[in-house]
Amino acid sequence: MENKNKVSILTNGLIKENPVLVLVLGTCPTLATTTSLVNGFGMGISATAVLICSNIVISLLRKIIPDNVRIPCYITVIAGFVTIVQLIVKAFAPALDESLGLYLPLIVVNCIILGRAEMFANKNSVVDSALDGIGMGLGFTLTLCVMGSIRELIGAGTIAGFPVLSRIMPGMSVMTLVPGGFAVYSFIMAFVHYMTEDKSKIRNSFGCSDCAMQDNCVDGSGCANKEVA
Amino acid sequence: MGKYLIIIVSMVLVNNYPLAQFLGICPFLGVSKDKDSATGMGIAVTFVMVLATAVTWPIQQLLNKFGIGYMQTVVFILVIAALVQLIEMFMKKNMVGLYKSLGVYLPLITTNCAVLGVCISNIDSGLNYLEALFNAFGAGVGFLFAMLLMAGVRSKLEDQSRIPKSFRGVPIVLLAAAIMSLSFMGFSGMFS
Repeated sequence: MENKNKVSILTNGLIKENPVLVLVLGTCPTLATTTSLVNGFGMGISATAVLICSNIVISLLRKIIPDNVRIPCYITVIAGFVTIVQLIVKAFAPALDESLGLYLPLIVVNCIILGRAEMFANKNSVVDSALDGIGMGLGFTLTLCVMGSIRELIGAGTIAGFPVLSRIMPGMSVMTLVPGGFAVYSFIMAFVHYMTEDKSKIRNSFGCSDCAMQDNCVDGSGCANKEVA
Repeated sequence: MGKYLIIIVSMVLVNNYPLAQFLGICPFLGVSKDKDSATGMGIAVTFVMVLATAVTWPIQQLLNKFGIGYMQTVVFILVIAALVQLIEMFMKKNMVGLYKSLGVYLPLITTNCAVLGVCISNIDSGLNYLEALFNAFGAGVGFLFAMLLMAGVRSKLEDQSRIPKSFRGVPIVLLAAAIMSLSFMGFSGMFS
């Protein structure tokens, strides 16, 4: 791990180990907050901020935290940063706070953040962990923005509030509702599978032994890395 | 009594957590492969939801009293984590049979956003103690209901050879969930 290229750590999260599309982590906020580009972007940035900070702190504390109480320690650190972000958003972007609502405090149980703490930050140096946080966060934000744009474009005919399709056709509001979220997520994931089909080594680079959920893994069902292999 | 019945029915059908509110999607996708594990997970989540609400609701009143309501997130998640650990220890000692069938799902529940979600949303919507408990129970039953439906659908998807290659695995499950949530939209507006 020590010799790992800094750039590759940063870009890992963007495509190769994209948290949402390849690792299938953090599905709830992905579906719930991508009703528009702005909401998706806001959620992505909030989660990225928490992810970077918690990765740095957990990496700093990795030699101090005893192994058998590490999960509660990680959760405490993450919850602290989530509260900070929550208060900042409430103070400076009240409209965003309104539209994200319940999902802002729920960043604390976002599996991406706990997953990266367990998979990466407790094994790597502070700089690497920060880079990993940035990369994963950007991957998350990027995916949310893409999903948000698609759902907003078809659902309301606008992108970030600007009318695009709404001049030609009325929006199909089902896309901004629950079924549209599931469907768009499904199609994007299928597209990613289609693009990476031949390059099977991309999937295999991430095995069960590195997985954050391995203690909790019941039978690997639903695990994207296992099922599609 | 009618009020509580409405709360439960609306949480199960209208505001179903996985299918209408996007809460608890991870276990909904992950543990719904067969009916037994779906039932186990659903019952365990219902149990923890009701207990967590029973504990966090009074705690919130305490936090408000000291004027530190903003500590909600930190306190709640720690309380839930501790609670799940206690339930696990208690079950292991006193209810061996139940522990064998539900025990494996308990650690998964700490990071289940539906549990923290129901606790916070009970506070946010200003329910009283009894209403909050019924709300949590309804949310749990709704989760169990959705899990069972999903397990039923997935048992029909077992033969993946008829599914286009790119859609095998998670995408086809998401697509099934989309169709299911479309049908659950029919319940919206039932009690408004």
